[in-house]
Amino acid sequence: MLVVEKNNLSYEIERMVKEYGSDRQSLLQILQAIQKKYKHISDFAQQEIARLMNIHPVEVYSVISFYSFLSTEPKGRNIVRLCKTIACDMAGKDAVETAVKRELGISFGETTNDQRISLEYTNCLGMCDEGPAMLINEKVYTHLDPEMAVNILNEIK
Amino acid sequence: MSKSENIRIPVSQQALIVEKPIDITAIGGTVTIQINEKKVSVPFGTTILDACKENQIHIPTLCHHPDLCIAGVCRICVVEVEGLRTLQTSCSFPVTSPIKIHTSTEKVRKARRHIIDLLLSEHYGECYSCFRNENCELQSLAKEYGVDGYSFGHILEPKYKVDKSSAAVIRDMNKCILCKRCVRTCIDLQEVGVLEAIKRGHDTHVGTFLDKPLADVICINCGQCINRCPTAALRANDPSDEIWNAIDDPKKHVVIQTAPSPRAAIGEEFGIEPGHSFTGELNTALRRIGFDKVFDTNFTADLTIMEEGTELIRRLKKVVVEKDSSVKLPQFTSCSPGWIKFIEHFYPEYLDYLSSAKSPQQMFGAVIKTFYAKESKIDPADIITVALMPCAAKKFECNRPEMNASGFKDVDYGLTTREMAKMIREAGIHLPEMPKSNFDEPFGNASGAGLIFGATGGVMEAALRTVYELVTGREVPFENLRIEPCRGFEGIKQAYIKLDNCVESYNFLEGVELKFIVAHGTANAKKVMEMLQRGELRDVHFVEIMACPGGCLGGGGQPIPTSEEIRRKRAQAIYEEEEGLPVRKSHENVHIKYIYENFLTDGPCGELSHKLLHTHYTKRGKYIS
Repeated sequence: MLVVEKNNLSYEIERMVKEYGSDRQSLLQILQAIQKKYKHISDFAQQEIARLMNIHPVEVYSVISFYSFLSTEPKGRNIVRLCKTIACDMAGKDAVETAVKRELGISFGETTNDQRISLEYTNCLGMCDEGPAMLINEKVYTHLDPEMAVNILNEIK
Repeated sequence: MSKSENIRIPVSQQALIVEKPIDITAIGGTVTIQINEKKVSVPFGTTILDACKENQIHIPTLCHHPDLCIAGVCRICVVEVEGLRTLQTSCSFPVTSPIKIHTSTEKVRKARRHIIDLLLSEHYGECYSCFRNENCELQSLAKEYGVDGYSFGHILEPKYKVDKSSAAVIRDMNKCILCKRCVRTCIDLQEVGVLEAIKRGHDTHVGTFLDKPLADVICINCGQCINRCPTAALRANDPSDEIWNAIDDPKKHVVIQTAPSPRAAIGEEFGIEPGHSFTGELNTALRRIGFDKVFDTNFTADLTIMEEGTELIRRLKKVVVEKDSSVKLPQFTSCSPGWIKFIEHFYPEYLDYLSSAKSPQQMFGAVIKTFYAKESKIDPADIITVALMPCAAKKFECNRPEMNASGFKDVDYGLTTREMAKMIREAGIHLPEMPKSNFDEPFGNASGAGLIFGATGGVMEAALRTVYELVTGREVPFENLRIEPCRGFEGIKQAYIKLDNCVESYNFLEGVELKFIVAHGTANAKKVMEMLQRGELRDVHFVEIMACPGGCLGGGGQPIPTSEEIRRKRAQAIYEEEEGLPVRKSHENVHIKYIYENFLTDGPCGELSHKLLHTHYTKRGKYIS
């Protein structure tokens, strides 16, 4: 990482710590904000957060590793999460899965080369009666079939 | 018809109706509870576990440790509380109302057995090939509750790679039962913050920052986590096989130096109650094992006092007489390798405050491979020096690249008390039965000042005995040389001693109040460093810091288990042994006088001692890339 980028990130975190507070309970808010903006929380960011909140870096890492929606590795601009739980599975998840993989040319857990989309599985989204379901960023898509899923994917930038 | 019969509520959601205390003043007073039909009164807020302990009712524990905060994660200590639907963890349940507790119902016994069974199903390996065999809390619980099969299966393949990167601590997460005692030790007790629970659910494991190997993170190697691990997930890096090889090699001259703390604790490994010293017996046992010479680390502890004391007086002179503002005061002790690594990581900008003197272990290594080799006409290349230490960090220290002042690796192996006990057992020796014998010449028996290095405050006490007498020509004004302000287990102790009627050469210190601080455990060290950062230590001259709670006697290489009570007993054993010694001041040790007359002829902090007995430190910082 360039020194300039590091300085910008430090400044950003400093501002967030000021905004949300430096108590332990503010940690998640800060992590979510960093994740949203930078699509991941880098080693450097974790240690900066720890320094500014006066906690240990390993505690920050522990929290990040606990939550699926926080990551230490860079993710794409959009994250597509396909429900892998039993109800969606029986409603035809497999067909959607194959179509999505073929369309993007990547498998689950990977990111497209242009950083447009990351593919992931997720546990139950609570849409068991409307499966198969898929979560793109913060929006849920239900009653999917392969064609529909591919169309949705082609629309996102 | 009562209200509860009228409305159909599932049992699980019925409100808990607890008898209100008859006397409202019970808050802050005592509460009468019933444990297994027995009525007992306990102070308000006592945990069920403590209440039971007080009344001789045994409750098994696993994640609970007297040195650490309550966690309530292992759930082995569950009991039945009348009126509550589920079993309650007794370690984390404060008594606030007159409850009725049952500690051994069928439900409780079954739950405990299931918990142990489930822990065993994920616990890789077999007991007979485990170094914690017969000293494992999980094993003894399995025995206690008659778990004699794996009803939930047993993993046959290791899930995690064993982390052997560190010179001091080895982590094997396959044996981990996630009690998180190491996490609480690292974060709460020591405030180092290396270990934490990583990931979630079935994937949870105790790990480091970014799951890096232990050698790459800010671990200070204090080994306190080892002392508190109930299973074999954490252990010290054991060099005993290499030492056996050296002993079996007729060409090698193997010498061992023994630190003061292992003597006061090694008996525990042989079933003796804490608080008994086995100095003489240990010497004999070590000779029978095959060590060619057995030396006393206290000799170099005395040497440390001479060097560190001289350094302190020189710094004082520069500040008081020459008004040199570049000289850093207070001077911090440098005996504890855990503390050294701690300051290198967390406060690298304050390394100038550390005394440049090496720790007694490293001084001895350098002295053995130079002075001793010359005196006894042995090629230093053939000498293997082993250090028996209560410490895991000493293993890291002896492997520091700068520790080769003699032209060789000063100390070849650092051995902990536990590993030494294992070697003694392996040699077929029962330590308490050994006849007593003395240490070998040319270093002989050292002074009592060196011996008390083992307890927190000991270095300070030893240094004061020498510095005060050097400066004023009189003994320290404490009864029987017991400098009480240095003793005891308070986290941070502060006191001062006034230097008056000084001898002529130290006139410049006339009337100076020598202020000192003693701290043990890195959590307290952190507090002292924060005081230093705030500028509150401007009038303090000398600070002793030991990385482990209780000082060396509570070190990471000492017998397991540990608690404040055990540490107190070990300290008592050290102080008792010390009072019986003929020489109790470092500068009165005849061997110290001899070495300054015949080898280190330019005196303490002279050129040769600077080369051999002093070191420099590395600015490590805590940023991990």
